[in-house]
Amino acid sequence: MRLTQGTFSYLPDLTDEQIRAQVAYAQGKGWAVNVEYTDDPHPRNTYWELWGLPMFDLKDPAGVLHEINECRKVFANSYIRVSAFDPSHTWETVRLSFIVNRPPEEPGFYLERNEVNGRSVQYTVRSYAAAARPAGERY
Amino acid sequence: MADAPRTVDLARAFAESGVGEVLAQLDRELVGLRPVKARIREIAALLLVDKLRREHGLTAQPPTLHMSFTGNPGTGKTTVALRMANILHRLGYIRSGHLVSVTRDDLVGQYIGHTAPKTKEVLKKAMGGVLFIDEAYYLYRPENERDYGMEAIEILLQVMENKRDDLVVILAGYADRMDRFFTSNPGFRSRIAHHIDFPDYQAAELAQIGEQMLTAQGYRFSPDAKAAFLRYIDARMQQPHFANARSIRNALDRARLRQAVRLFETRDRPLCVDDLMTIEAEEILASRVLDDPAAKEPA
Repeated sequence: MRLTQGTFSYLPDLTDEQIRAQVAYAQGKGWAVNVEYTDDPHPRNTYWELWGLPMFDLKDPAGVLHEINECRKVFANSYIRVSAFDPSHTWETVRLSFIVNRPPEEPGFYLERNEVNGRSVQYTVRSYAAAARPAGERY
Repeated sequence: MADAPRTVDLARAFAESGVGEVLAQLDRELVGLRPVKARIREIAALLLVDKLRREHGLTAQPPTLHMSFTGNPGTGKTTVALRMANILHRLGYIRSGHLVSVTRDDLVGQYIGHTAPKTKEVLKKAMGGVLFIDEAYYLYRPENERDYGMEAIEILLQVMENKRDDLVVILAGYADRMDRFFTSNPGFRSRIAHHIDFPDYQAAELAQIGEQMLTAQGYRFSPDAKAAFLRYIDARMQQPHFANARSIRNALDRARLRQAVRLFETRDRPLCVDDLMTIEAEEILASRVLDDPAAKEPA
């Protein structure tokens, strides 16, 4: 199951050229671009690991593309996303985020139903990959 | 060839690129520096022709534009480097036209393993623009074989070679020390296409520079002061530690101080705007440079 999340979740994965254009757009707006990776891409997991430092002071997408490629080399089997943080007052939040790398095999998620209090059901979304194995061995 | 030769409208391409305006502005705002301007003109011509070649399907390898600026103190190396980013951006060679100005401290780390990330960080910041390394010879310290400068140099060389379309590197420094730097790092010399030497200024050029500086700050010379300033320049050029335009700037800063003191001392008299703007001869003549009685005599 192909994982989709972030700004361009409805599109096929962006090419490097498209990533470059998006990063240039974010930098043009003055947003800090970050590269993040994780092997626990649960929709509720907002805390991905930061690759290096946030790139506050880069003026050109070439530097970000370089970092993305470095990150891909190390975490080829993880999910990698690019996020752009808008530091301006009243925003102070991530304005743009999209996936730039995914593992070759994506087993996906399953829905766990837990019957409580008689006939009531509690639902939990669990990742096949993350369920059984510890961090670092999931994909 | 079967088809008729296609004509190429170089004149129109020149007009459209806005290069003419960039070069005219350079001529207007920078005094002297003839060889430097000539080289910039050559680079502009090359980039324009390359662009035309690409449009007509001819191969055009992006040229190497790494440069080295050498010259005595105060000959305008940093000023030109600052403009170079703008010029190359308008010629369409670099994408964003910003300049990152660094010295040894910004590139070389303090302990093992510190240098590489530091240098890479700076290089990433400069991508799409110009990286200006002032006093580049400090990167290489032959007297200390455990110096981390060499590591920074190696990373620089690698990036200068592989990322030519992402970044232009300009090295600057005094001529003799740069020469020594290049002899001990032959890789650097061969990777730099343009070695530009900044000549010393003539007295007349320095006078013109001085007046431009004053105008930019909203001052002007009285006619007497102008003559005195010419004498001052002649005298100063003979003295040791003469640093071309930088000496002129310092002299003018001191003249402004003296003007302020003079105005302050005569404060009972009403002042007009003209008084605030005008530098009089006495401010120039009070300089220690003209202390030699022979120099005070009108030429």
